[in-house]
Amino acid sequence: MKASSTGKSLQITNYLLLAFAFVFASLVYQPAFAQGPTPTDDEVNAIAKQLYCPVCENTPLDVCPTEACRQWRELIRTQLSEGRTEAEIKQYFVDNYGARVLAEPPRTGLNWLVYLLPPAIILVGAYILFRALRAWTKPVVASAGSGESEAKPVAPQDDYVARLEEELKKRK
Amino acid sequence: MTETTNTAPESRATSAGKRGVPAWVQIIVWGLLIALLAIVFVGLRRAQQGTVQPGDKIPDFTLPLFSGYEYEGRSEVKLSDFRGKVVVLNFWASWCKPCEQEAAELQEAWQFYEPDGKVVFLGADYVDTEPEARVYLKKFGITFANGPDMGTKISQMFRIKGVPETYFIDQNGVLQYVKVGPFSSVDEIKSIIDGLLK
Repeated sequence: MKASSTGKSLQITNYLLLAFAFVFASLVYQPAFAQGPTPTDDEVNAIAKQLYCPVCENTPLDVCPTEACRQWRELIRTQLSEGRTEAEIKQYFVDNYGARVLAEPPRTGLNWLVYLLPPAIILVGAYILFRALRAWTKPVVASAGSGESEAKPVAPQDDYVARLEEELKKRK
Repeated sequence: MTETTNTAPESRATSAGKRGVPAWVQIIVWGLLIALLAIVFVGLRRAQQGTVQPGDKIPDFTLPLFSGYEYEGRSEVKLSDFRGKVVVLNFWASWCKPCEQEAAELQEAWQFYEPDGKVVFLGADYVDTEPEARVYLKKFGITFANGPDMGTKISQMFRIKGVPETYFIDQNGVLQYVKVGPFSSVDEIKSIIDGLLK
């Protein structure tokens, strides 16, 4: 009877020790979880500023005050803490809300127009301006000179003038 | 001789004017200008169009559904699956306060029509995050099929202006009624549906 009682108390002690070990292990393990890096606002906003919520047009996500945008920022924070990269997070937003959430449209299809058109227009504009300036300045130089000698400095630069001068000389 | 000399500068000026901008540059510039105007015109027209109008045939679309909010065990549904039924498509979001005003009414109306199987309620969650959406659905005890409007494709197709907006599509896939803003009562929802079931 006594031996049986001692065996039982030993068993209870074992269980208690096991429970204690389990609680201790879980206590030790939990802080390790909590110590994981929590993304700062700056880290969240670094991605958020590259995104636009479709609800709040023309307001970048990092400064948008609406509830929808706050939720999006929290989602970015969660995904960052899960270890997702910036590219992965942006792709998640594109998949869920469409490419229009991106501040910079992806360089595909018709989106290329956004990147090519403005520089093309500037180049064409500059060319037109250059031509126009040339056209405006030339007649002034030509009309200012009444004699042959005064028109000479311009003549070598212009084939047409050179030919004209040659024709005139021949007629003389 | 004198005449020739006098007219030379004029002819040069005229020639320079003619040669000012080459034809190909002019064509490109005019082409770009026309394209730009066309884009602006299409954009303005789209903006002024408003939502899709009653009488419009609604193109088919696919709505993926949240786990726990499937339709008869299906994880995604197509509009074409519901030919012969009235479809009530509700756009909502968890961050939308006016949506909360009608959430309970929509659920009540769904419970009223569910047994007959002649009406389907679909919730399209617009620009939302799933955790918040789930909290919202649980809060209002919503049980009808609900899912995210992935890529905002469906809302763009309907050209919604905000949430909540509800579209009533008849048995042939034709839009019959658009409700912009929250419903004021269950009776309002029922009166629209009953009109379509007649």
